[in-house]
Amino acid sequence: MPIEILMPALSPTMEEGNLAKWLKNEGDKISSGDVIAEIETDKATMEVEAVDEGTLGKILIAAGTEGVKVNTPIAVLLQDGESAGDVKASDAKTGGDSKPAPKAESSDEPEQAADDAGGKAREADEEAAPKEATKVAAAPKTEIAADPDIPAGTEMVSTTVREALRDAMAEEMRRDPDVFVMGEEVAEYQGAYKITQGLLQEFGARRVVDTPITEHGFAGVGVGAAMAGLKPIVEFMTFNFAMQAIDQIINSAAKTLYMSGGQMGAPMVFRGPNGAAARVAAQHSQDYAAWYSHVPGLKVVQPYTAADAKGLLKAAIRDPNPVIFLENEILYGQSFDVPKLDDFVLPIGKARIHKAGKDVTLVSWGIGMTYAIKAEAELAKLGIDVEIIDLRTIRPMDLDTVIASVKKTNRLVTVEEGYPQSSVGDYIANQVSRQAFDYLDAPVITIAGKDVPMPYAANLEKLALPNVGEVVEAVKAVTYRG
Amino acid sequence: MATAAKKAPAKSKSESKTAVPATPKPADFSKQEEFAAYKGMLLIRRFEEKAGQLYGMGFIGGFCHLYIGQEAVVTGMKMSLQDGDQMITAYRDHGHMLAMDMSPRGVMAELTGRRGGYSHGKGGSMHMFSKEKNFYGGHGIVGAQVSLGTGLAFANRYRENKSVSLTYFGDGAANQGQVYESFNMASLWKLPVIYIIENNRYAMGTAVTRSSAETNFSHRGASFKIPGIQVDGMDVRAVKAAGEVATEWCRAGKGPIILEMQTYRYRGHSMSDPAKYRSKEEVQKMRSDHDPIEQVKARLLAKKWASEDELKAIDKEVRDIVADAAEFAQNDPEPDASELWTDIVL
Repeated sequence: MPIEILMPALSPTMEEGNLAKWLKNEGDKISSGDVIAEIETDKATMEVEAVDEGTLGKILIAAGTEGVKVNTPIAVLLQDGESAGDVKASDAKTGGDSKPAPKAESSDEPEQAADDAGGKAREADEEAAPKEATKVAAAPKTEIAADPDIPAGTEMVSTTVREALRDAMAEEMRRDPDVFVMGEEVAEYQGAYKITQGLLQEFGARRVVDTPITEHGFAGVGVGAAMAGLKPIVEFMTFNFAMQAIDQIINSAAKTLYMSGGQMGAPMVFRGPNGAAARVAAQHSQDYAAWYSHVPGLKVVQPYTAADAKGLLKAAIRDPNPVIFLENEILYGQSFDVPKLDDFVLPIGKARIHKAGKDVTLVSWGIGMTYAIKAEAELAKLGIDVEIIDLRTIRPMDLDTVIASVKKTNRLVTVEEGYPQSSVGDYIANQVSRQAFDYLDAPVITIAGKDVPMPYAANLEKLALPNVGEVVEAVKAVTYRG
Repeated sequence: MATAAKKAPAKSKSESKTAVPATPKPADFSKQEEFAAYKGMLLIRRFEEKAGQLYGMGFIGGFCHLYIGQEAVVTGMKMSLQDGDQMITAYRDHGHMLAMDMSPRGVMAELTGRRGGYSHGKGGSMHMFSKEKNFYGGHGIVGAQVSLGTGLAFANRYRENKSVSLTYFGDGAANQGQVYESFNMASLWKLPVIYIIENNRYAMGTAVTRSSAETNFSHRGASFKIPGIQVDGMDVRAVKAAGEVATEWCRAGKGPIILEMQTYRYRGHSMSDPAKYRSKEEVQKMRSDHDPIEQVKARLLAKKWASEDELKAIDKEVRDIVADAAEFAQNDPEPDASELWTDIVL
């Protein structure tokens, strides 16, 4: 039987790619290990190697095709004795639609049934939906509240979070010669997640500094440079690795201003992807928002949209304090409208009302917003009018906006991916109970990740994270619509 | 195989071409330099004795690590510096601050936790800074200052100034991982940093032979191609000569260099350490045979550059400075309660 060559996944979060080039033609003999095609992802161009031997019978996806889903058959390999006639049957059979191999099993959460992407469940689920939402305007969707920080009538440009972060750094580096970026693979490799793409070319190796794999050391070097008055952007390949450096972040960066009686501090940004990505298991899947939010002397930012990512990263770079800037790998590829302004800077410490509503306040931030937004759409069908607040900054926290909302809706649910004990939501619940107790018509519900290390198996990973169903149920509970 | 074997030595020969500086002879001090060294070291000695006394009286709390015995290290290094050079160290830092011309009143008042202290009483013995005097702390976590000092050097290279970062740490900190992470980056990027390892023979209570596989600390940069020099850290002239070699090395763009200062602390690790891990005789022998201040005093007298009376006058002058600092530090008010909430973020 002819062998189908499938569009490969080339990273934990890759969902689709462009078939850039075929390096073999129909009729060519293929040996295993031959490079047969080049595929572009949003991060890199990768070569596709043949696994099996045979003759390239038919190319199913033409060179130059964009947005080819992972696992789509892209070509057919003929074995000895097979002919092009066999290909036709095979082609007709598959129809070019994606059929991923492993299925996520045994879950009774509401949206699980609709979601059969298996191993790629998480990014297929999370990344695809908002993308479509922003690109297909005709579809019925939540009206996103206008950001008061963006002047009415500003031209908006669809931008990925990845591009927005890069643009923010480039703009600030053009503006201030003391700003530089350092980290693993930030320069010649163009960033492990391509956030620093192009910066080396524009700013040179003096200001875009590749470090050895040495988080504790380079975080300290960054803090020292900041104490001397430079404005470093320290990129951690992921925040999981920043645990190696946490002494320098907490004891040196966060506390020096206080310990020196205001004489010197660390005007710098620590940034990188934070939280669970997809199938990278316990040591690479942790949300540090609650950890860093605990520490006086730090500011902690965790944006969701590309506009917030850009405006807040620019603010963080200018901020005279150490700022922890928590990104998310799954959000990197998502597109949002970003205002076309010469210098778009957002205030740190200010929440954004993502969608106004009157029945219940739903507070989230970062990737937690993806659950909140989907839950809101479900709840709207039930006639529950949800107000979604995107906190954007964890520290200092804009409790005023949260409390004003709770005073209006009398109900509060928070959503985050971090561990449940001493979560950010717990702090919000505590503050709301102290400042708006009399306004509450129901106990606050805080939704977090499960109290377990992140498992690897696709189904277990999904179970360990919050889900839309939990948010829907929580909102129904606090509105007594159970 | 044969060609590969032939090739290897040729390669290593070219790599070893970097001239490794040797331990220089102790500097020839002028009369003026001997006096400056004497006065500088005596100020640290008397200051530390007073601090110990105030600790005993309850004016100073928490941790307090005295520098008595090691005075020649910071004093000699300071004599080799230029304006703009930075200094950073760990928690045994009072001597470093005085050597960098920080005010004895400001340092002592910080020790007593008063508003006139360098950090308005919020830092204490281990956390003091002076931007004005290029002193970057004062750090309480063993080894952390090594990465920070490397970062100061990074800033110097970034700004293309000719300043050098003097990064101090002890024989104990020399076993911390981030020290070697910093060595690697400093050498890779040719950063102008002098790693000054103050080997006072004990990491708190653990003798170097019990804590360190390689007790020649000048060799600790070997894996990173950082040269090192062993220096008699009890002889201020030897320290100054080594400091000059090292600062020139850095200013010439050759990257980092290590100075192992062989020194000794007379007191315990901190005020609460009775130092039972070494004999009284060992301490007494260092004091009588190698004391850095007595060495200068003996030379001043031998060369007839100073009389006993003149030295006594200097002693009195120093005691007065220290008494004034102590007086100030005991009577200065505590910080205002509102200070609790200042300087957290800008």
